[in-house]
Amino acid sequence: MADKILELRDLHVSVGDTEIIRGVDLTIERGTVHALMGPNGSGKSTLSFALMGHPKYTVTKGDIIFEGRSILDMAPDARSLAGMFLCFQYPSAVPGVSVANFLRNCLMARRKGAAPLTPVEFKKLLDDGCARLKMDPTTLRRYVNDGFSGGEKKRLEMLQALVLQPTLSILDETDSGLDIDALRIIAEGIEAQRAPERSVLLITHYQRVLNYVIPDVVHVLVKGKIIKEGGPELAHELEAAGYDPLIKDLVEA
Amino acid sequence: MALEHQELVDQDYKYGFRDDDVKYAFKSRKGIDHDIVEQIAKIKDEPQWMRDQRHRALDIFLAKPLPPWANLELLNQIDFADIFYYMRASDVEGVTWDEVPEEIKRTFDRLGVPDAERKFLGGVTAQYDSEVVYHSIRKDLEAQGVIFTDMGTGLREHEATVKKYFGSVIPAADNKFAALNSAVWSGGSFVWVPAGVHVSVPVQAYFRINAESMGQFERTLIIAEPGSFVHYIEGCTAPKYSSNSLHSAVVELIAMEGAHIRYTTIQNWYKNIYNLVTKRAVAHKNAHVEWVDGNIGSKLTMKYPAVYLMGEGARGEVLSIAYANSGMHQDAGSKMVHAAPNTTSIITSKSVSKGGGQTTYRGLVKVYEGCDGVKSNVRCDALLMDAESRSYTYPTMEIDAKNVRIEHEATVSKVGEEQLFYVMSRGLTEVEATTMIVNGFFEPFVKELPMEYAVELNRLIALEMEGSVG
Repeated sequence: MADKILELRDLHVSVGDTEIIRGVDLTIERGTVHALMGPNGSGKSTLSFALMGHPKYTVTKGDIIFEGRSILDMAPDARSLAGMFLCFQYPSAVPGVSVANFLRNCLMARRKGAAPLTPVEFKKLLDDGCARLKMDPTTLRRYVNDGFSGGEKKRLEMLQALVLQPTLSILDETDSGLDIDALRIIAEGIEAQRAPERSVLLITHYQRVLNYVIPDVVHVLVKGKIIKEGGPELAHELEAAGYDPLIKDLVEA
Repeated sequence: MALEHQELVDQDYKYGFRDDDVKYAFKSRKGIDHDIVEQIAKIKDEPQWMRDQRHRALDIFLAKPLPPWANLELLNQIDFADIFYYMRASDVEGVTWDEVPEEIKRTFDRLGVPDAERKFLGGVTAQYDSEVVYHSIRKDLEAQGVIFTDMGTGLREHEATVKKYFGSVIPAADNKFAALNSAVWSGGSFVWVPAGVHVSVPVQAYFRINAESMGQFERTLIIAEPGSFVHYIEGCTAPKYSSNSLHSAVVELIAMEGAHIRYTTIQNWYKNIYNLVTKRAVAHKNAHVEWVDGNIGSKLTMKYPAVYLMGEGARGEVLSIAYANSGMHQDAGSKMVHAAPNTTSIITSKSVSKGGGQTTYRGLVKVYEGCDGVKSNVRCDALLMDAESRSYTYPTMEIDAKNVRIEHEATVSKVGEEQLFYVMSRGLTEVEATTMIVNGFFEPFVKELPMEYAVELNRLIALEMEGSVG
């Protein structure tokens, strides 16, 4: 039997009094890449924040099972240390904290009680990541997301994912607002995370990133519910016909 | 960035220990009057002009009201009659640590002063309550003619220079607390750097209040002759007591043509200390004065380091941080007075308030008529850690010249939920994430400190953030 890394069971999520996610069941197996597609306002970002444990997003019903256990009572840092990673659509700036220092602290949090990385090991890890994402190494000395362009922010998110090696990466519209060259680099970064022990949940509005990253499974989220699932061909159908026919089916059903 | 939180979590204010077994060589009675002033001058065997100056200053102190714009709720709690104005712990001033009484030496060992001296300082004075108990200067600096000693010795050995400059930048009548200092001063540093001499390593003064209900009134005078450079660092701590103590220093800097003075303060008084300090510099032609001013402790700090830009091309900078926790008020800022054309000033002030603490930025930029080509940039950033904390900004601009460029920017921000979530989502606990955000906020200040102090300051912030959560 395949090894499930993430399992959502009848998940309901509210922000304040408004229910956004209205009963989602979804299973991600280890070593697979899933795409979650949907039109604006379908609840894609809400789902990603709820998975990572944002305090404003309340799970009102159902469960999130990650690596075989419920994580509903875990804070975001505990979820991160358990192997989850969220690539933010709009990452926050942390002025005064260099990218290198930030990453050093993130790594230290993972190695509590263990020997820290040597400066040489740490530098190599970061330099390799920069090379892979075609990032200017001087970025490492800049303050986290402070004055970064949209594309630079996305690359830094990818760099963090490369360095922290999560078992599940959730990419919240990481492809939006990127030109084709940047998109290709990010897609290569995502592809680089493909490994037998790691899974990716790629949340996107557009099909175009899926020209570079071929998902194993595609889910379509509309109005807080998964309305269709399929293989990579589903993404192409959506690209050709848009979301409207699916929404129409839903209304008629 | 310090993340050894388990190690830090059990600590509180780690400088709060005290020496109960110190035998004071001399202790004045409590209270302030002309007899006490005369007693201090007599013990120090001062020349008549200094005695007269002290008595005149006391009259000014007694006559002057407290500043009406200040936090009077806190200031009015000072009982001037319930303070010791002069306490000397040792009759000798050591030039080696072996000459310092054992229990006092132990204190400075715990504060890491001799260790820092060995590693990276060019000279040290250590003041314990009213007097300096130890001072040293590296031989090579002495050979270059640099003078670095306590103020009392400075007065005895360099009377003409002291007489010329003492009170020339900050007269006793400047404010009530400058008057008090001028009346009862003891300790502090006298620094003189000969023309063209570049003092390559910092010199440090460490101020320790040990006794309860103590008043510490050190007086510092630094004169940098043309083309010279010196970096002076001061640190301050005190034991935990329930009653209040008063620290009221006066610091005068004189930067001659083309000279450069950097004055760094790490003030970490315990929360029972009133820290009411007057600091002012005069910068002559093309001189450069920097105040790097860190205020982490005290009950109430009132301090506005100033630069009077008297010569063309002079440059003044103040880079300050303030941290106010529960029951604390950091009322800090800067004054830049442009009295010559083509002078430049930069003020950068950053404050963090937490647990109901208050921070105030109070600043003045003044440009006199005819001073064309002046540039001034003022930036104040305040960070609020919770809804109970407060931050106030009072910037004053008096610009009487044309062709000047004056910029002012002020921001107030909160540690945001989104920012905290972002950092925590990378595996840092709430305390670690908050510490990182606050240390980042203070980074422009911290990176100006010698490395050893930067590490210590980051640790202090980590310690302070421990109490902020849960």
